[in-house]
Parts: sequence; C-alpha cells; structure tokens
Amino acid sequence: MSDNVLIITVLLYLAAMLTHAADYAFGRRGAVARAVAREPELVHAGGSQDGPITRQGGYTVAEPTTDPEPRPVQLGRYAVAFTVLAALAHLVTVVTRSMEAGRLPWGNMYEFVLTVTLVGTLVWLGVVVKWRETVHLGLFVTLVQVLLTGVAMVVLNTPVGPLVPALDSYWFVVHVGTAALSSALFLVGFAASVMYLIRSGYDEGKRGGLYPYGRFLANAETVERLSFRMHAFAFPVWTFAVAAGAIWAEAAWGRYWGWDPKETWAFISWIVYAAYLHARATPSVKRRVTAWIAVVGWLTMLMNLFGVNLFFDGLHSYGGV
Amino acid sequence: MSPLAFLRNSWRWLTSMRTALILLFLLAVAAIPGSVLPQRSVKMEDVRGYFDANPKLAPVLDRLWAFDVFASPWFSAIYLLLFTSLIGCVVPRLRDQVRALRKPPPDAPMRMQRLPAYAKLDSHPEPQLKGWRVRRREHPDGTVTIAAERGYLKETGNLLFHTALLLVLVGVGIGTQWGWHANRLLVQGSDQAFCNTLQQYDDYGLGPRVSASDLPRFCLELNDFDVSYEDNGVPKFFDATVNGGLSFSVNRPLRLDGANVYLLGQGYALEIRYTDAQGRTQTTVSPFLPVDGMLTSEGVAAFPDANGSDKTKQIGFEGLYLPTASMGRSTHPAENDPQLILLAYSGDLGLDAGLAKSVYTLDKDRLKQMGEAKILRKGESWTLEDGSRVEFLGTRPWITISVRHDPGTPIVLAGAALLVIGLPLSLYGRRRRVWWRLHPDGSAEAGGLPKTDYPGFAEEFARLTRCPTTSS
Repeated sequence: MSDNVLIITVLLYLAAMLTHAADYAFGRRGAVARAVAREPELVHAGGSQDGPITRQGGYTVAEPTTDPEPRPVQLGRYAVAFTVLAALAHLVTVVTRSMEAGRLPWGNMYEFVLTVTLVGTLVWLGVVVKWRETVHLGLFVTLVQVLLTGVAMVVLNTPVGPLVPALDSYWFVVHVGTAALSSALFLVGFAASVMYLIRSGYDEGKRGGLYPYGRFLANAETVERLSFRMHAFAFPVWTFAVAAGAIWAEAAWGRYWGWDPKETWAFISWIVYAAYLHARATPSVKRRVTAWIAVVGWLTMLMNLFGVNLFFDGLHSYGGV
Repeated sequence: MSPLAFLRNSWRWLTSMRTALILLFLLAVAAIPGSVLPQRSVKMEDVRGYFDANPKLAPVLDRLWAFDVFASPWFSAIYLLLFTSLIGCVVPRLRDQVRALRKPPPDAPMRMQRLPAYAKLDSHPEPQLKGWRVRRREHPDGTVTIAAERGYLKETGNLLFHTALLLVLVGVGIGTQWGWHANRLLVQGSDQAFCNTLQQYDDYGLGPRVSASDLPRFCLELNDFDVSYEDNGVPKFFDATVNGGLSFSVNRPLRLDGANVYLLGQGYALEIRYTDAQGRTQTTVSPFLPVDGMLTSEGVAAFPDANGSDKTKQIGFEGLYLPTASMGRSTHPAENDPQLILLAYSGDLGLDAGLAKSVYTLDKDRLKQMGEAKILRKGESWTLEDGSRVEFLGTRPWITISVRHDPGTPIVLAGAALLVIGLPLSLYGRRRRVWWRLHPDGSAEAGGLPKTDYPGFAEEFARLTRCPTTSS
C-alpha cells in the first residue's frame, strides 16, 4: 500500500515540477515582470552591497506602501495545487508505512528520507501561503523532492521491519524528529539560496548557464530574506538535534561524542551553517558569498544523509542501509 | 613595526570576523579526513586493516596524524585559534553588554528625521512602553525627550551561546584528562565474575590524570541474560541482570557510583569437558565470537594440562557453533537446533612461550589434527582415537560490556543546554530604539532605529507612535 502511494507521490511532485517549469517557459510573465518593475530599488539593493542599516532604510520605506500583492501566475497556482496533492499522497505514504510497521516511520534511511521530504514540502507550502511572491521557488523545491523521493523509491526502499533494540528509546523520537525537521528547513533554505544566486547573478548581468532563468524569478531581496529565515529557524533545531543525539549516544554507546562518521558530518554541517549565520551578520561579506555557504551547507547535509550511510561503516547503520 | 604594534595587529587579525570565518571553514575541512580515513579512537581494527591494505601510504599518513585527526596538532591548532578568536570577540562584548544593561537608553539624536523611521505628531503622546527600558529627560529649553530601548536579550543570548561553547570545550577537556574506559567480555556464572581492576579488562584507556588505583571498587557477576528475536533473526529485546538483580540493556546503562556499564554485544560461551586417556577431567567455558548476525560463532577450547606434564601431548579443539544449524551455518541466532562442529588437535599449544596469544584461535604450528571434524549436540560426547573423550555440556550467554567514567559529561550537558537556550534568543531577538521629542509648543516628533535586521520594525513603530503613515 505504502509503496504504491509513493509512486503516486513521486508522479505528483513531477507534475508540480513540470507545471512550475511550464510557468517559467509560458506563464504570463507580465505579472512577475510587473512585480519586479514595481520595486526597482529593491532589486538594486539586492544586487548592490549596502550595509544592513541602509537596506533597512530601504525596505522601511517600501514595505508599508507596497501595492496589493502581485497576483500569482495562473500556472504557478496549478503547480502549488499539484504540490498540495503530492503532499497529501506523501502523507498517506508515510502514515500507511508507519501503520504497516506499527511504529514511527523513522526506522531506516528510506523512512527517514520520506519524512524529511514530507516535512520539507509542508514547510514550503507554509512559506508559499505566507509569502506568495516566492511561488517560483517551487521549481527548485519540487525538483529536490522529485530527486529525493525518487532515490528513496528506487534505491533505498527496504521492506517493513520492526525497530532494532538500539533504536528503542524515546530519544529516537526527539533526535530523529528534530533532525528531520531541521533537514527539511535547510532544504527549503537551500532552494531559496539557489534561486537568490540565479536571480542576483542575472541582476548583475550574468547570462551564462542557468542565469537567464533569473528574469522569471521573484526579486533577489525577498528570496534572500526567506533563505535566511529558514536557516535561522533550522540552525537552533539542528543544534538541538545534535545535542539530543549526543545525550542518546551517552546512554546507548557510553560516550556523548565519538567522531562516528555521522557525528563528524553533523559537526561539519553545524560548522558550515554557523559560518553562514556569521557571514550573514557581517556587512562586509557579500550576500552571494553567504548564499554559496548555504549551498555548501546543504551539500554537507546530503553527504550526511546519503554518503555516510552508503560509503562508511559507522554506528548509524540500521535497517539495511 | 614595533613588536607591540605587531602583537596588536595580530590580535586584531585573529579576532576579526573574517578570520573567524576562515577558521570555521578550516575546521569543517579538517574534520573530513576524520570521516574518510579510519580513526584509532573510533575503530582500532579498521586502522590495522588500512595499514595492511596500504603498507606504503599508511605510515606516511600516520606521520600526519591522519588516523588521529581529532587529537592531531593541526586540528587542535585550528580550534584553539578559533576559541582564542572567540574569547577575543566575546570579552569586550560582554563588557559592553554589562555596561549597556546598567545604563539608560541614550538621549534622542539631534536630527531625528534622519533616522530610518520618523514621524511628526500633532500632540504630546503617551506611548505604551511596557517591556521597554525607558528614560524621560527634561531639557533646559523646555523640550522633553523619551528614549526607549528593548531587545537586550539578543546580545545576552549571543554571549550566552558563545560562552556555552567555551563551557563545552572545558567539559570535553576535563573528560579527556580525568575520564577512563575499559571493555571486557563477561560470561554468565559466579565462576566468571570479575572486579574493576585493569588486569581484569580486555582493553582499557585511562586519561592522563587517572591512575589504576583511582578506579572505583566494584565487582560484576552476570546472573542472567535475556534476549528475544524476530523470526528473521533481528533482535527484539536484550536484558542483562548482574549482581543478583541490577538490570541493564541497550540504551539503558547500569549507572554505578563512579562508573557506568554499557551493554555492547552478546554471544555464546561453550562448556566443554575433556577426559584424557588417563581419566583426568578438565572443563572449560570458552566464549565463541560471532562471525555473522545469526551468531554463527567460532572459538577454541584448549586443554594444556591434558596427558600430564608432557607439553607435546596437549589437546586443543577448534569449534564452530551454530545455534540454529542448517547446511553448515546458522539461520537464526536463538538456540533452536544447536550444533557444535569440533576439530581436535594434539601437540604443543604454545601457551607458555610468553607471547600474547588470542584465546579465540589456535596456533597450529606444532599441532597435529586428530581425526575428522565431528558434529556434537548438547550433551553428546565424542571418543577420540587415543581413547580420550570430549563432551559438549551446554552453553552460557556472554555479553561484552564497556565500563566508563567521564567527569566532563555534566559540564558538556550544561554547555549544550545553554547553547540551545542562547541560540534562539540571539537569532530571533531584535534590538531597537525609539525616541520621542516633545516640543513646548505642543507638537512632537518620533524616530526609530532598528539596531538589527528587523523587517517588522515599520509596523511596530507605526503602532507605538499611533500614526497611520510614516515618512522619512
């Protein structure tokens, strides 16, 4: 049951992604262009590198006087509708899986990836409801979801099994739950950072590679701010997840930290995201540099999620992979 | 440049954010080899395996501390520089924050219209400033200023976070210096009990400031080991009972005074009785080591005192134990159909040579195999060609345990808790100031300054000044 619904989930994510892509290609880009034209000073503020106070001065002026929000492009609306359907199917996948297993669906990497991506989609839908102008970010979010759920379906799929005794602890819920939530938040933050890099590159006149797509994207300032919010939310949750993992490790393995490969990469991600937050708070560091740090951060998270379980033999190997 | 100026410049460089960012990145990059290459602190066997597989490269890497990355001078250098930079950054900020907390908010700037938020008011307002730190000042020219500031918790949280990192480092340091750990295998039964002294352990590690006599005194005897499995052999549940009623398990260590005992692994020990041709009987309890998840186990039973004092007539057995036997291997870890396959050897076991010998393998240099392999079930016996007899009496469970003490743990835990408290305060707090200047003619003006990135400040300012529109 769960496996079949997963196929539907992946297909719905694919549909959402293709609709987003079609929106880029054929959508009434007038709406986006108008939205951008309406706030020219913000585009420049995003492109140029002013200190934070100056920029605050900028939006203090702009925000209260903004016209009614630019109407989302019709196709974008369908894309979000597909994403909602995908999220529902995704939810059914995860719920039926945990009913089949009779426990929380975090017992192996397959289940963990499905949970992370589900939370990621829910966070993303929350974001798009709150900040409608970010709807174009959906292309990146759904692309990542298609890839991750696809990998889960094809590569990681493991039969339903009980929890091994090593995972039988309430710290399991706390540690894995917060790790999944923070991974999901980092995922959305990563997608926003990529979008910011493309958009701000386009604003700076770059035209090679992916940069031409920048002209369809929401303004750089908005996505950069969204990316920061996601990371600022995710980082304390991630810190808590690592600390909870350490408390659990003390009870399970006799030491709170032992440089197991998973622990090492959790540490690396933590350091990289700490660097992101420091860079973001430093006026002399360019926002594009900051966004690249966020991209590196997400790569370390992916390395931890997939690489560590597949390449290294460590204590975090459970239930197949 | 004078030495003093050089020092001052170095210090400034070290405590700059740019340097801190570079050091953070270096730390992240430096940790990568620690996950790619096997580490002595994580798994000694893997390091040995790496040396065997790469005999040329391994010694070179070893000289670069590649197998002890997290204890290496270069890794330590990075984090010590980072922490020095952190102290250099935090101490002045701590001083400033203490000062700011004791001082009232500063007076309104002369030209308030240059502030990011500004409003002209027709009358003297009475702003609702609950939660704000407020100072009202009356000036000789008749104007009154109200200065309000809030969001001090942001900086407090930030300082708490960075101080907590130092606390974690201190805790880790104390654990390394004063902590110790030791591992051993413990077979069920009062004849197999042990006491907490270093000689009784298979391996151990003591911190530089711990000596063998500092170990707390206690003894452990495994009374019972409970385990159950799923049909596919995956363990469902473990429970070890020691010293007549103390129970512990995976995720549930035994917390003794001065040390914790952790359950790491399990297996079967085989009770084998050997009666030599002269009728002398010896019994051993030999732990067999599992070679797969179904507890197919290998081990040896050695009888050095068989056949009197003639060392060339010692007897040893090599065994393969299958808890649920099927075609030469075990298909389930529980003892559903146990079989013991024994190979008998006679000769010099080499136990007296003074060399460290594994108790799990036989050194067959001076041994001769006697007859063919023999399958035994519990209670069965086998009479060898010289008239001696070996009996498979039964099995007992064994567990591997780790006994550990880390006095730094509570400090690290406190540090981690403060980290988690300080972070959100630091990230979500917003320091901002608002001023009012009330002119004697009845008019007034207000200005606001967000000291940190704060998108909602305009709304808050509008609400505080009760003014629908703002301009700058």
